[in-house]
Amino acid sequence: MAFDYSKYLRTDKMPTLWCWGCGDGVILKSVIRVIDELGWDMDDVCIVSGIGCSGRFSSYMNANTVHTTHGRAIAYATGIKMANPDKKVIVITGDGDGSAIGGNHTIHGCRRNIDLKHIIINNFIYGLTNSQTSPTTPKGMWTVTAQRGNIDPTFDLCKLAEGAGASFIARESMTNPTKLEKVLKKGFEHKGYSFFDVFSNCHINLGRKNKMGQAKETLDWIDSRIVSKSKFEKFTPEEQDGKYPTGVLRQEEQDEYCDMYKKVQYASQNNEQVKF
Amino acid sequence: MGRKLITTGNDLVSMAALEAGCNFFAGYPITPSSDIMHNMSVELPKFDGHFIQMEDEIGSVCAAIGASMSGAKAMTGSSGPGISLKSEQIGYSFITEVPLVIVNVMRGGPSTGLPTHVSQADVGQAKYPTHGDYASISLCPGSLEECYSMTIEAFNLAEKYMTPVFLLLDETVGHMQSEVELPDLEDVKKMVINREVYTGDKDTYEPYNAPMDKPAVLNPFFKGYKYHVTGLHHGHKGFPTEDPVQSQYNIDRLTGKVNNNRGDIVKYAEYMLDDADICIIAYGSISRSAKSAIAKLREKGIKAGMFRPITLWPSPDKQLQEIGKKFKHIFVTELNMGQYLEEVQRCTKRDDIGTLHRANGKPIPPLEIVAKVEEML
Repeated sequence: MAFDYSKYLRTDKMPTLWCWGCGDGVILKSVIRVIDELGWDMDDVCIVSGIGCSGRFSSYMNANTVHTTHGRAIAYATGIKMANPDKKVIVITGDGDGSAIGGNHTIHGCRRNIDLKHIIINNFIYGLTNSQTSPTTPKGMWTVTAQRGNIDPTFDLCKLAEGAGASFIARESMTNPTKLEKVLKKGFEHKGYSFFDVFSNCHINLGRKNKMGQAKETLDWIDSRIVSKSKFEKFTPEEQDGKYPTGVLRQEEQDEYCDMYKKVQYASQNNEQVKF
Repeated sequence: MGRKLITTGNDLVSMAALEAGCNFFAGYPITPSSDIMHNMSVELPKFDGHFIQMEDEIGSVCAAIGASMSGAKAMTGSSGPGISLKSEQIGYSFITEVPLVIVNVMRGGPSTGLPTHVSQADVGQAKYPTHGDYASISLCPGSLEECYSMTIEAFNLAEKYMTPVFLLLDETVGHMQSEVELPDLEDVKKMVINREVYTGDKDTYEPYNAPMDKPAVLNPFFKGYKYHVTGLHHGHKGFPTEDPVQSQYNIDRLTGKVNNNRGDIVKYAEYMLDDADICIIAYGSISRSAKSAIAKLREKGIKAGMFRPITLWPSPDKQLQEIGKKFKHIFVTELNMGQYLEEVQRCTKRDDIGTLHRANGKPIPPLEIVAKVEEML
């Protein structure tokens, strides 16, 4: 029997505002399938999004949903999670949203290891505002603000999360929903900050001006940039250049922030120091 | 009965917040408001509340709004530069109607300005902290007792009108220390107002379908009443809309729920005005200088009194209009270059108002007020 998405979706909000062929819908479906697999009750789930095409993600899910300001979704989600440590909080941001204007909150969310599930829908461009350079735009690409070719170095967001101390880091592409679902499930089950760099396509505002005007061309281009972690590790540095490893890149047990705060509450109520 | 204790204005703000039921505080270090954050970090975990020091000013207001929308009673604090950074999110709190108390212990500006000196430089900012149309509520305590009572009031107004509320302290009010008498805790608990909760059918719940001049009814998250919160203009269920009729209604309601409920919101105090020829208008710590000045002026046979707005915004416009008609002389003194004077001029329609304004980090002593008042006679 075909999977029934309707109980997780606000079907009256369909069709989505996303362009035809946009990858965001694949990611939306993958998130739903994982929630279903894990048996999460939507009453206990909060979806927090930022601004951009990805910002609309929250409004389509039949959960407690919040469409916040540009770059601040993680900070809003931190307040929601702290006040409700037993609930599930999923954060959806774009690449500009989560790594440029909101980079600081991403860094400190990772560092605190607060139990948020942060999916960056990384389409390498500011799509909604019509093709400005994002921190993940590859060098040399045409953007409306870099019409002679982008000179800004490309941001590897998983390395950012790694440096900031996230306890779960994964990269996948929406071109492979089965694998995407798998890593999302692992990260959703993980206790702590789960960071997902999910490659997605914007053939409209990235592709068309970079000779990939058809959705499939942008999808093929994404596929040409990714390689499984195990293969990537066997590559020479020259072969690794311009490629991004996929799969679970890090998973370790670390103290989760809300759990640690419970210790602060206990210590405060018993007039002692937190035991580490 | 009452409770007597020796304490400071900032300490009373945190004490009152906790007694009003505040259970979440997010902040970022800044002088001269950090004491409030320190207290909250110590006290909240004792009562199963939550405190978090965020990575920046923006993050702290976001975390507080997030906690509040999900069901907590939340507060954040800062001073001018931090409020400037928080301003976009304060706009989010206005349009989403998520209650929030924001303490601003004011310092001299613009920019980093005079971090450790007394000032009332953010009065104008408190009226319009962010872009767009809305009406804000700002309370300005002038005594230790009011640091307590106006904090309770700030939470009550935030919850009743579903809006951000500013508590504006100047450094003198925040840091002054004396004996204070407070109401008993059980009496305070009876005063506390909590936001309305919808208990009807989940499928027909429309959090933003509120009558004109009334706030939205936002249930806490995770209780089965699923809805959408967005900073975009939204319809009855919270989903984005660009419908011009709905958008105009939203703005009319956001401004109307504050401006058209002034009778309930506005607080002020009058001092020796009954027989006065001169009405001095002052608030915060400067109202204390004005009080001493009035005693000295009366010793000289000059009948002065004071009108002290406690709710700066929305302004006590009707009372100010009356003052404009009733008093021969009006005198405004503030620790800024005339941010409230403009409102007094607007309401009284008078162009003969005496003034004493200063923005150099120094207080205004009573004798300077006396001298300036005498000059205008």
